[in-house]
Order: sequence, then C-alpha cells, then structure tokens
Amino acid sequence: MIPYYYLASIALIVIGIYVVIAKKNLIKIIIGLDLMDTGVNLLLIAIGYVKGGTAPIENANYALYVDPIPQALVLTAIVIGVSVMALALSMVIGLYKNIGTLEIDELRRVKE
Amino acid sequence: MKRIVAAILAILIFIVLALAFVKIPFGNINLSDYHYYNPITDKQTSDSVPQHYLVDGKKDTGSTNIVTAVVVDYRGFDTLGEVTVLFLAATGVGSIMYIFEKEKRRKVRRANAVVETASQLLFGFIVLFGAYIFVHGHLTPGGGFPGGAVIASAFLLLYLAYPRFHAEHKTLNVAESLAGLTFVIAGLLGLLISGSFLYNFLPFGVPTYLFSAGIIPVIYVAVGVKVGSELTGIVDAMMGVRE
Repeated sequence: MIPYYYLASIALIVIGIYVVIAKKNLIKIIIGLDLMDTGVNLLLIAIGYVKGGTAPIENANYALYVDPIPQALVLTAIVIGVSVMALALSMVIGLYKNIGTLEIDELRRVKE
Repeated sequence: MKRIVAAILAILIFIVLALAFVKIPFGNINLSDYHYYNPITDKQTSDSVPQHYLVDGKKDTGSTNIVTAVVVDYRGFDTLGEVTVLFLAATGVGSIMYIFEKEKRRKVRRANAVVETASQLLFGFIVLFGAYIFVHGHLTPGGGFPGGAVIASAFLLLYLAYPRFHAEHKTLNVAESLAGLTFVIAGLLGLLISGSFLYNFLPFGVPTYLFSAGIIPVIYVAVGVKVGSELTGIVDAMMGVRE
C-alpha cells in the first residue's frame, strides 16, 4: 500500500506535467511548472518523515526528530523555484507588452 | 487530441512513479539504523548523517535549529551559491523588464483610504516581524529566506496601496551589496582564522540564547537583508512605471 502522502505528491507532479503539455496559455504553463515544483518538494519532505518525530529543533518534550537533510534541501529548492518563477513571469510580461497575446497558437503565427 | 495524449502520458507517469514508491517506507525509518563510512578515518561509524546532525549538531554549531545548522553551517557554501542564484534571477528580471519597458506609463487608480491608512499602520509591524524571523533563525523555525520574503511583502503592500510609491533603487542596491559582502567576508575570515571557508570562528555562547551559535545569526541577518532587497527589486521591476 502506497502512503497517501506519496500518492498526493505524485498526483501534483503529474497534474503539473499534464498542464504543461495540454494548456496553451503561457501563464497556465508556468502554473503547471509551479505545481510540479510543489509536488517534488512535498515528496522529499514526506520521505524524510519519521513516525512520532517532531521538527528538528531541540525540544525537551520529544525524543524523535524527523530527518533534517530533506528539509534543508527543500529550503534551497523553494528559493530556486521562486527565482525560476520570477524570471519566467517577467519574460511573459515582456512578451505580452510587445505582442499582446499569451496564447501559444497566436504566438506561433506572429513569428512569420 | 493533444489533451488525450497528454492525459494518457500523465496516467502512465503516475503509475510508474507510484510503483517506484511502493517499497519506500513512510515514517518507519529509524535514523540510527543506517551506518556511515567515514573515508577520512577509514571506519564504519554507527551513526548516519542525519543522526550525526541531530545528535552532534548543537555541539558542532551551537544552533538549536538543526535545519539552520545544516543550511548555514554544514552546507554554508551551498547557501552562498543559492543566494547567488537568487541575485542572478533578480538581475535577470530587472534587465528583462527594462528592455520591454516602452516608456508607457500605466494609469493606476488611487487605492481606498482604508487601504492607504491600514498599509501605513501595518508596514512597520510586517518589517519588524520579518526581522524577528531572520534574527531568530538559529532558535525558531524560519530564517533568512522567509524573513526576507516577509519584508518584501511589506513593500508589496506599499506598492499596491500607493500608485506613486517607488522603492529607492540606490538604497536597495547598497543594502543588497553590503549583505552579500558580509556573507563573503564572514566566510573569508573563517578561512583566515582556521583555514576553512565559512568556519564558525565566533564563540558559540549558551544555546537557546539570542547571541549564540557563532556566525550563524550574522550570516542569516545578511541573507535576510539580501533576500528582502532582491525580492523588493523584483516587485519594483514587475510593477513597471506607473502614474
């Protein structure tokens, strides 16, 4: 039986892949990339979970802590995700200012 | 047609990934079960890397928040690279928005009087909260990155409430450069004093006190100021020229 934390994060990744392939609006594609990002982060955090453990900050009431390494990794991944998202959105804003559309079909026609 | 293909592909990927995760236990891992080979001493030690961080982290770094200890102390060099990536992204956003800016001033309506007054009242508190988050990075959840994001959100509030508001670019640049310099100089001082980059050379003090954990609070304050000014710069570039 697969734990539903894994199932939910895999579902997020897959929904992101579907959105990136099927949608035709650039903003929606970027939202799909962000969904994939969130799914991967959730998956990493879920792998590091220890049953009965608490956040890895010294706490006298707990003896067990969850794995701190995936959390540190995800902290980095979130920041990189934010940077990628900001850069992609700024490119989209520039495209919209110059061409006036975000639909991929119309953008393809503009190229000629 | 494209949607059907995408849906089939998505379902296939879902099945493959789900099958790959069947055997990976959830929550049943015992961090002390793993063994770890130390190549320097050529010995098998009984503690795994996460177990080592959890058990010896406070002794090694003086920080009670182990995630902070990993991010800023054990893997501080990685964090320096991360901050650099964020800096590059902010520069990229600025330059892209500068290229596409065609001197077109957007007309923006004035906000409601309620929004204006409330944002004036809240601005100080939000900045204070952000500063609290990054100053206590080694003691409580949080740290430089969330603290910086909270400070940038305070500036975003001002941008939304006042159409004519603009953060001073020079001040942002100075704050950001000084924060970056602090990070690098702290690392180089460690190199000078003990021979390894980002060595924690300050006294650790008493754990759980504000002034403890050596250079971790110094670096996290620098990271907080840097992230805050960079994200404010991104917000400023994306808002464009307004009137």
